[in-house]
Amino acid sequence: MSKNLAPATPPNMPVTPTIRQKGKKEKGMQRIPGQKNFWQRLKNQKALILMSLPFVIWLIVFRYIPVFGWTMAFQDYKPQNTFFEQEWVGFKHFKDLFNEPTFYRALENTLGMGILGLIFGTLAAITFALLLNELRFTKFKKLTQTISYLPHFVSWVIVANIVTTMLSVSGPVNGFLEMIGLIDTPINFMANPNMFWGIVTAAEVWKSTGWNAIIYFAAMAGTDPQLYEAAKVDGASRWRQMWHITLPSIRPVIIVLLILNIGNLINIGFEKQMLLGNNIVAERALVIDLYALNYGIGMFRYSFGTAIGIFKSVISVILILIANGFARKVGEGRVF
Amino acid sequence: MKKRRITFFDVILLLLMIGVIIITLYPFLNILAISLNDATDTARGGIHIFPRQFTLANYQEIFGGNANLFSAFGMSVLRTVVGTLTGILASSMLAYTLSRRDFVFNAPISLILVLTMFISGGLIPEYMLIRDLGLMNNFLVYILPMLLSAFNVIVIRSFMDNIPIALTESAKIDGANDFTIFWKIIIPLSLPVIATVSLFLAVGQWNSWFDTYLYARGNANLSTLQYELMKILDNTNVSSGSVTSANAEVIARQTNPQSIQMAITIIATVPILLVYPFLQRYFVTGLTLGAVKS
Repeated sequence: MSKNLAPATPPNMPVTPTIRQKGKKEKGMQRIPGQKNFWQRLKNQKALILMSLPFVIWLIVFRYIPVFGWTMAFQDYKPQNTFFEQEWVGFKHFKDLFNEPTFYRALENTLGMGILGLIFGTLAAITFALLLNELRFTKFKKLTQTISYLPHFVSWVIVANIVTTMLSVSGPVNGFLEMIGLIDTPINFMANPNMFWGIVTAAEVWKSTGWNAIIYFAAMAGTDPQLYEAAKVDGASRWRQMWHITLPSIRPVIIVLLILNIGNLINIGFEKQMLLGNNIVAERALVIDLYALNYGIGMFRYSFGTAIGIFKSVISVILILIANGFARKVGEGRVF
Repeated sequence: MKKRRITFFDVILLLLMIGVIIITLYPFLNILAISLNDATDTARGGIHIFPRQFTLANYQEIFGGNANLFSAFGMSVLRTVVGTLTGILASSMLAYTLSRRDFVFNAPISLILVLTMFISGGLIPEYMLIRDLGLMNNFLVYILPMLLSAFNVIVIRSFMDNIPIALTESAKIDGANDFTIFWKIIIPLSLPVIATVSLFLAVGQWNSWFDTYLYARGNANLSTLQYELMKILDNTNVSSGSVTSANAEVIARQTNPQSIQMAITIIATVPILLVYPFLQRYFVTGLTLGAVKS
């Protein structure tokens, strides 16, 4: 195969040297190990094997053994027993889970904050990318973009600090609302359970909009400039160009990201809820991962906690299949 | 290019973007101002982006007065340095073996690696693993579980794929073995991707707090800056002295927990501020990579 490759490459192409060398190399490689048997190649590649073996072991220990740990969900797992001494109980822990009212509250909170985050997160990122794309002043544009993704890189601990500081009774947000006369007495944002979902969503939007916009912004750069020229000739305003050209041109990207994000609706994690939550808002802050953490590790119900994890994975797969099937049905792009 | 007229639309856009910048930066500037302001004066409120009574007392407290906070800062630095070095070495070593198309185990190892992007054991089984391995309250818990990520390895490998094969071929003829080739040729040529991935690893290490919370809270020496900050945040009752230390009273006299909290926030943010503008490139690399693979 490599024999045919080299002569077939046009000699005047700038990439030719690399391709030729690659071809030559493959030929060389094939000549020596191709004739030698597997064991001889193995012997020649001792260094490569030594260099990869520790990491293969690492992958098995740190990535695959935990997956094997899923068996715990079907046992009454006791840490002092070996695997063969564990008592198998079938779906008992799943049945317990579905009979637990707290679980449904955790599910509601997870999906609630997940959906809010998905809607506002996506809208904010697309809007920001659209506006940035229209901005004329190139240097200022670059500066805005660079500043906009700063919050993505700071930890949730810092963001939670910022949010509680900004929203505190004597904080800037209350100060601003009082100044413009919207409220008379400061609002204690962090101690109101009904506001918790909104606060988490706002924090999420503040942290991730700039970063999430990068992908839409990059997609917009690929729009055919002729479309804009044609629209200008037809007298379309910049507003209409945004709406009828830029936005449709990034539609495939929007659909793909939506499908992936819907699959992750249930995987919103626990960091925000754990760091921003407190006892007063606990009933609105309890998400599935926190529930698994509290029960599984806090109360030593390891099997129960593992069952929660499996439930999450199953829901995640179902959600992504539904979203993908829906996108396929309405004739839009899809992930698979 | 002909100059286009600045329209009303452009002005509105400009104002909107200035608004975005203010909303993004104001919280950081506000916290910086409070951290540089006298603690008792801060209690009066009304600090915006400039300190009213300038002082470095809050920072002196962290770097001099409070042994716990200083040790936490040291631990944050240590785990970031060690974690980044081991992580980048592991990722690039594995990436090199996978960039070698002639490597006998290329296909199976690639499969094992890529599959980890789609499966995960979840919180509890991972916790059990760490416990069974004896990593609880051990410094290695910061290093080992984060050693590799499939995404990083793939990013580095795709960079190495583009290194002209002739370079390694000639070294081989000169008698160099695969490890020498990796160390003397591949690593120096891969520095751009190694730099970006290292920055990402460093940011991840610096920002971690949950592993401390879950696996290392039994060992005060392993506390990190992020975890100290998390503890202060967690302690809603400010007056009970949330800066956990024997000399909490001393702190209360000169500073207050809120000011200390702001100073820690700034110290934890500054390293990120210094490196993040260099990180966008990595994202773009990953993006184009994903496009090629699918």
